[in-house]
Amino acid sequence: MYEAGRYDVIVIGAGHAGVEAGLAAAKRGAKTLMLTLNLDLIAFMPCNPSVGGPAKGVVVREIDALGGQMGKTIDKTHIQMRLLNTSKGPAVRALRAQADKVLYQQEMKRVLENQENLTLRQGMVEELLVEDGAVKGVKTETKACYYADQVIVTTGTFMRGKVLIGDIEYQSGPNNQRPTITLSEQLDDLGFDIVRFKTGTPMRVNSHSIDYSKTEIQPGDEVPRAFSYETTEYILDQIPCWLTYTGEVTHQIIDDNLAKSAMYSGAERGTGPRYCPSIEDKIVRFNDKPRHQVFLEPEGRQTDEVYVQGLSTSLPEYVQKEMLETVPGLENAEIMRAGYAIEYDAVVPTQLWPTLETKKVDGLFTAGQINGTSGYEEAAGQGLMAGVNAAAKALDKETLILDRSQAYIGVMIDDLVTKGTDEPYRLLTSRAEYRLLLRHDNADLRLTDIGYDMELIPDERHERFNHKQELIEAEIKRLSEVRLKPTDDVQQTIQDKGGSPLKDGVLAVDLLRRPEMTYETIVQLAPRDHELPVEVEEQVEIQVKYEGYIKKSNQQVDKMRKMENKKIPENLDYDDVDNLATEARERLKRVRPLSVGQASRVSGVNPADVSILLVYLEQGKHAKVAANE
Amino acid sequence: MEQDTIAAISTPLGEGAIAIVRLSGDEALAIANHVFSNKDLTQVDSHTIQYGTLVDPKTDEKVEEVMASVMKAPKTFTREDIVEINCHGGMVSVNRVLQLVLRYGARLAEPGEFTKRAFLNGRIDLSQAEAVMDLIRSKTDRAMSLALKQMDGRLSQLIRDLRQQLIETVAHVEVNIDYPEYDDVEEMTNELLKERAQNVKNEVHTLLRTAKQGKILREGIGTAIIGKPNVGKSSLMNILAHDDKAIVTEVPGTTRDVIEEYVNVRGVPLRLIDTAGIRETEDIVEKIGVERSRQALQDADLILLVLNGNEPLTEEDRALFEAAKDLDAIAIVNKTDLNQQINMDEVREVAQGSPVITTSLIEEQGIDELEQAIADTFFDGEVDQGDLTYVSNVRHIQLLEQANEALDDALESMEMGMPLDLVQIDITRTWELLGEIIGEDVSESLIDQLFSQFCLGK
Ligand SMILES: Cc1cc2nc3c(=O)[nH]c(=O)nc-3n(C[C@H](O)[C@H](O)[C@H](O)COP(=O)(O)OP(=O)(O)OC[C@H]3O[C@@H](n4cnc5c(N)ncnc54)[C@H](O)[C@@H]3O)c2cc1C
Ligand SMILES: Nc1nc2c(ncn2[C@@H]2O[C@H](COP(=O)(O)OP(=O)(O)OP(=O)(O)O)[C@@H](O)[C@H]2O)c(=O)[nH]1
Ligand SMILES: [Mg+2]
Repeated sequence: MYEAGRYDVIVIGAGHAGVEAGLAAAKRGAKTLMLTLNLDLIAFMPCNPSVGGPAKGVVVREIDALGGQMGKTIDKTHIQMRLLNTSKGPAVRALRAQADKVLYQQEMKRVLENQENLTLRQGMVEELLVEDGAVKGVKTETKACYYADQVIVTTGTFMRGKVLIGDIEYQSGPNNQRPTITLSEQLDDLGFDIVRFKTGTPMRVNSHSIDYSKTEIQPGDEVPRAFSYETTEYILDQIPCWLTYTGEVTHQIIDDNLAKSAMYSGAERGTGPRYCPSIEDKIVRFNDKPRHQVFLEPEGRQTDEVYVQGLSTSLPEYVQKEMLETVPGLENAEIMRAGYAIEYDAVVPTQLWPTLETKKVDGLFTAGQINGTSGYEEAAGQGLMAGVNAAAKALDKETLILDRSQAYIGVMIDDLVTKGTDEPYRLLTSRAEYRLLLRHDNADLRLTDIGYDMELIPDERHERFNHKQELIEAEIKRLSEVRLKPTDDVQQTIQDKGGSPLKDGVLAVDLLRRPEMTYETIVQLAPRDHELPVEVEEQVEIQVKYEGYIKKSNQQVDKMRKMENKKIPENLDYDDVDNLATEARERLKRVRPLSVGQASRVSGVNPADVSILLVYLEQGKHAKVAANE
Repeated sequence: MEQDTIAAISTPLGEGAIAIVRLSGDEALAIANHVFSNKDLTQVDSHTIQYGTLVDPKTDEKVEEVMASVMKAPKTFTREDIVEINCHGGMVSVNRVLQLVLRYGARLAEPGEFTKRAFLNGRIDLSQAEAVMDLIRSKTDRAMSLALKQMDGRLSQLIRDLRQQLIETVAHVEVNIDYPEYDDVEEMTNELLKERAQNVKNEVHTLLRTAKQGKILREGIGTAIIGKPNVGKSSLMNILAHDDKAIVTEVPGTTRDVIEEYVNVRGVPLRLIDTAGIRETEDIVEKIGVERSRQALQDADLILLVLNGNEPLTEEDRALFEAAKDLDAIAIVNKTDLNQQINMDEVREVAQGSPVITTSLIEEQGIDELEQAIADTFFDGEVDQGDLTYVSNVRHIQLLEQANEALDDALESMEMGMPLDLVQIDITRTWELLGEIIGEDVSESLIDQLFSQFCLGK
């Protein structure tokens, strides 16, 4: 054993959570060490070579607005990008990019290497150093001891990982990396509640062996797009994906071999996510569907590996092969890596404070898949928050908790620490009750100021952001003052758009509110004397058109905030609160919510319990006043 | 501190002739004023009582004549603005008043909430905090079991069905949003969504209409006892109620106002209304009473028309039959212990098929037959328990009305061509409101629905 150094913050793992955690902590000024199993696999994507999508894509933008890295890196390394849900409302639009998996890793590594205050090192952490309920550092396999009062664990699916293919099983991390055994056992010993989850991935096949003529092309958008508000250079040379389908024969093969699937062989297994079912699950649960979609996604520009989205499986390799033979275009597909399922340990997330610090061990934070989530974006969002808060604790700075109306990241963390999860948790737009406020287009408006306060956003960017805000406000103000008269010109334009003619003069904003009107048309009628960036135009249009709905949501938020602002002391003794229903008391004791609002979301706590809690807290306040008098 | 304005009936159910609806909060004066017609309540002095009529501003319908006590913060029980509306008309009218203020911006108070506010606003001292918490607990538990009891099995099934329709629709919209690349899930269209929303709205509307009948069940069937002076109306009331509340004398015109009593006749809840004998009169007080009787006759669901067997049928009797023509009625020929002067064939003829019962109230004869006739009218007649689903709980009605509004908003947005994911906000809200009626937890069920209805994933 040797003393290898002292840091403010140590991050274990350099996956999607670890990367953001390390960068955020270092940017806030904490001397940060990152330890990871393999420096060649930083921010490795063990599954889909893709970033974003509904809700998840918004998270990437939120990360970016908070000064995180994911958006910038994918902007530089994607092979195609698309804006989804363009035919729907602004609240649900989202970007998705297909990643060049290898480039993504290399780019992330370069960013970490260049980050001030950040030390990157290869090594397997074997043990957390814990004294008197507080973490003091970590010890590696090679007997190096690193000291820090803040440690963030982001070890993903490595925790007692076990790979399953047919009847073969072996202890392993994803993609045959070494599993993490001792750390997981130690968490158990420290008294953490651990659950066993599972997930799976499909096979990768060689591009040369695919007959693309039997598939449909899925190109990226022609308009250049980017996640990051800082990106100025766009990748125009995109690579398409391809679509094909399973058929009745495929399903028959799967059905015949069901008993050979690791997940259907009858053995007790961890809980898998419903939103990412294996092809076996799909056949069993929806046996009336004649076909299922299969997307063929290239894994990068420099490789011939193609990810077969839709066929996630833990069937034996030879059955995987038989299955492929029945899918148009894949009849001769050569499997380069077989699909597999992986089972792993996760920490029950209600054991965390909303800062992602564990309640059991002072200074110990967890983020990413270890908290029961699944997905790169979910991991990255938590990583950033844990990094910010670990640094805050180390340097005695302000902590950051986002609420449910501020960000999907806030929704996710609140769900995790308040309700927990009994399957791998994925963000969906329907988890957000204020999703009209949590849009992809306004992530910067929601979060840049916060990122700036947390020292994650440089001055120059903050100024640019302020300028954008001013432009938006000014343009809305202008439109609220311009009155359009029912001239022939105006009437004609309105008619061309299919609207009913004006009876009287009308304010430009009011005309814009009409469903058939766009900002573009309004500007024709009410010309401005300066150019505006597209993002500004977009904001003006959205903010004006959906003002009614936005207001309604904001009213709900105000109500929610009132309860959120009623704080509960961390160490409140719920046994002292008479009259709470027994179930509510037990749940509250476990979750230890920090506000009355959070308490009201704990399952099993009903409105009467909330009232009783309020009265109890008020009583404490009165008592204090009385004592001071 | 808590901004919204709450309202509740603050007299115990069924006790006392006067019932009070209490409003507390920043908007108490404004809301009360909005439905109060005679004076501007926001301008009157604090701690005064105002007489006036409550009018539903949307329909201009008169709801009730009331007295409103206006008490401005901070010298009030809750330290917030308080308006107390006193109504005379018993439970039915007090319920109507409550629903009116709920419709125009008040929220139904949680159990014990007035006291809770009093405490939180520093009106009640520390030593009483325990008591406040006790009160909240016990009131909540009682209210919950009460609400459950009032929840008719068919009603909860109906609400469950509606919610299922809604959630399938919502899940469909959601899946289009969260999994845009899946082509085997057809796109939810505006037309389809509109059709579903309209369907649910129709059902909610019907429920709200039956809510009125629901009240009949819970509050009793409004049953007016009418007849000429001195035929034995008050005696009948007392016998059915096993009580001597109404004054009985041999002087015609004894009863000068409407008297109400809740009774249960063979399982049928009646709100018995004894009236002043109807005749042309010069006496001012009696005149008002007679006017009220005519009113009672109009509001009643069932008429007990009393005749004196000791005298022949008069023009006045015939006029009463005429007035009760389109209503459920039972004719009672009383005083059979005396010499029969009335011609029963004539009675049957004017009764036009309504049951005719003979009684001697003094000797308690014919009461069984009368009770049976009342029960039969109820169970065979129009107010048939079997066909209708009743909503009677005020909270349920408020939630239904809110659901109705949310559906209106959704339909309006569709009309305006708003994107489905926005329309869906109001549909989801409807689903949540209906869920509150049957006390169903909302948190995970949408996501459960999403994954059981559609096949998704990599
Ligand atoms: C087979 C498979 C299928 C998946 N399928 C999906 C899917 O369908 N959908 C989806 O959304 N997500 C899926 N995922 C999950 C997604 O990959 C993760 O959610 C995401 O990578 C989690 O990020 P993370 O940072 O928490 O962990 P990871 O990205 O796993 O990173 C963990 C990091 O910790 C390091 N590490 C582990 N143990 C130690 C140790 N003892 N000492 C030092 N370093 C250590 C590792 O080297 C690695 O850098 C899948 C994952 C796998 C493995
Ligand atoms: N003999 C006899 N007298 C009866 C009978 N029922 C009521 N009376 C008497 O008739 C008189 C009037 O009875 P009430 O019950 O006061 O009659 P009412 O219809 O309420 O009269 P008003 O309130 O004055 O309109 C009383 O003296 C009763 O005792 C009956 O069945 N037989
Ligand atoms: Mg009388």
